[in-house]
Amino acid sequence: MNSKALALYQKDFHSEMRTRYAVNSLAMFVIVAVSVILFSIGNETITQSLTAGLFWVVIFFSAMSGLSRAFVSEEERGTTLALQLVAAPSTIFSGKLLFNLILVFCMNVVITVLYSALFDSFAVKNFALFAVSFFFGNAGLAIASTIIAAIISKAGAKGTLYPVLSFPILLPLILTSVQLTLMSFEGSTFLDAKFELAIIICYDIIMLTASYMLFDFVWKD
Amino acid sequence: MAWKIFLFILLTFVCVAGIAFPIVPVPTKWYEFPFIPGLKENAKIIFFHVPTAWLSVIAFLMSTIYSFKYLKNKNLDDDAKSYAAAQLGIIFCVLATVTGAVWAKFAWGSYWSWDPRQTSIFALLLIYGAWFALRSSIESEEKRAALSSVYSIIAFVTVPFFVFIMPRIMKGLHPGSADDTNSGPVVDFKMNANMELVFFLSLIGFTILYFWMWNIGYKSIIYKDKINKQIRG
Repeated sequence: MNSKALALYQKDFHSEMRTRYAVNSLAMFVIVAVSVILFSIGNETITQSLTAGLFWVVIFFSAMSGLSRAFVSEEERGTTLALQLVAAPSTIFSGKLLFNLILVFCMNVVITVLYSALFDSFAVKNFALFAVSFFFGNAGLAIASTIIAAIISKAGAKGTLYPVLSFPILLPLILTSVQLTLMSFEGSTFLDAKFELAIIICYDIIMLTASYMLFDFVWKD
Repeated sequence: MAWKIFLFILLTFVCVAGIAFPIVPVPTKWYEFPFIPGLKENAKIIFFHVPTAWLSVIAFLMSTIYSFKYLKNKNLDDDAKSYAAAQLGIIFCVLATVTGAVWAKFAWGSYWSWDPRQTSIFALLLIYGAWFALRSSIESEEKRAALSSVYSIIAFVTVPFFVFIMPRIMKGLHPGSADDTNSGPVVDFKMNANMELVFFLSLIGFTILYFWMWNIGYKSIIYKDKINKQIRG
């Protein structure tokens, strides 16, 4: 992470603040998704395992609706060539990853607050475990979606292909995160969850390494 | 030519032996398989289902190796090899899913029960599907080869999570799961020597068959590209 990556992040941040396109559409998407789930549940009380699953369903689809913007917007505005001239591929990836990480964290904090306010079964007993798994889950989500977004921006069909390509890549992360969220509801200790935590941390490290190594080939035409 | 005849004899033997050899409580003759509690006659699927599942992973591995090679050398022939491997891989993956589901109907009572193995083969199917969807969305040959190579490698690094880690830490119904006590873990075979022999012969036979099909497949893709270029240029 160097100053150029930070500058790229600031550029994205400012252009986002000017239109607030991604933030607004993401916020609306989250509200719509949560309310659809609330309507479909009605007056039923749902189990904690179902709540943990639904929590990650909303996170996955919200991420899919917002995170592809990072690279697709550069392609749409035709600024890819300029970026290729001013910075090394790994720098570009760092900047975009930083932006997506912050976007994912803000989005998921909002989703968590909404869930804990609206669902009685969303009761976290072991908050430290929830926070740690939330952190690593979000990091993995941001890393994998950033590299897939880079692939998508270079491919022809942009909108529909993104969730299709991301889902198999994110599946181990989502399955483990659902388990971890459920464990934090049940009040499991860190020792109980050590396998799941190990999987999720391995996933983050493997994805980060692979993304940095492969981004060069996606970025250069 | 000789190896083709050898392969024919090998696969014929495997098919006949796998289907026709009887399962008895105490095997005495060379052609009798042992009775495995919990699997019964259903155990015979191992001669056909395991090779297809094995090949769907091998095909994916080869597809990724040739993707690696493509990114290194930028030779479109490597992309054709990777594509041919993936084409065969999806066929074997579907075969493994279907044979497994039919077997599950008789062994577990339902076609699909989200056992960790079923989840992982489903994820592998999704990866193959996404990979072909990505390839079909890109016009330019070089771009298609580069992007699909990158996706193939990224997908491949997640495969160990599905194939090796999850089925072993999650409890499941499949023989070889973490809590499997009666029907024999994959690592520790409960088959007798002749059953193991037929099983490994089947694995070898299907693997040779795969490499033969792959060889024909990638050559036909390369020739098709050449002819297309000559017609256009």
